[in-house]
Amino acid sequence: MADLIAKSPCAGLLPVTHGDVTLSEMDMTRMTSIAPFKGQDKAVSATLKDAHGMALPAANRATGKEGSRAVWFGQGQALLIGPEPVAALAEHAAITDQSDGWAAVRLEGAGAEDVLARLVPVDLRKSNFKRGHTARSQLMHIMVSITRVGDNAFLILAFRSMAKTLVHDLETAMQGVAARAAG
Amino acid sequence: MRLTCPICGERDRREFVYKGHALALDRPDPDAGDDAWESYVYLRENPAGVTRDLWQHDGGCSAWLVVTRNTVTHEVLKTELATAVKEAQS
Repeated sequence: MADLIAKSPCAGLLPVTHGDVTLSEMDMTRMTSIAPFKGQDKAVSATLKDAHGMALPAANRATGKEGSRAVWFGQGQALLIGPEPVAALAEHAAITDQSDGWAAVRLEGAGAEDVLARLVPVDLRKSNFKRGHTARSQLMHIMVSITRVGDNAFLILAFRSMAKTLVHDLETAMQGVAARAAG
Repeated sequence: MRLTCPICGERDRREFVYKGHALALDRPDPDAGDDAWESYVYLRENPAGVTRDLWQHDGGCSAWLVVTRNTVTHEVLKTELATAVKEAQS
């Protein structure tokens, strides 16, 4: 049988650094969408807590930590990033493997907020968007999920098919912010 | 123009897509007759004043919303989740 080699969505594009901001690709990992059945949020949350150590995130919030994270992912949905989902989750929720579907990048640096301010129509400053906050919004014209994972670090997820555009848009904004800081 | 998504909060217009009059939530019975169905499918009011539309927050949480707005003053009077409106109806 052919030996297939997995290629990450941003292979050959990242990492890049402009000024004090670095854009890098997250290591490929398991991603699973969890859509609790009607009225089953509490049961799903309890199962998640037992098996993976984090509660089901409320709207606009993320739970867990690096390597094992649950990110709110839209109305009635969360995305489990990292662990292989425990089978019991399927009793209370629709579970779908999304591992190959999303490009996951990390934008980090003192100017990261300024870069996103050029692209995203949501206030992502720390005063308004703290660690553990997440948002579904748009980055230029791409629909994305943005989560603050550190003081100056954001996890950004976009459809895999948009990976090149995502990197292009982010890099253009990074260059703009770096040029302004240098001038 | 900004709309307040009941889930995500106040967001820019560009995140939303207009889906038509909220009349679409009142689908007639299959046996309701031609008049009711013609009205449901084709006939729309064009009010100068308060109207109710369906919008989808497709650049955000993907929820369908019922937006009550005034076409004369451009005021947005209310935004509700379409699921909540439907549940209240039944």
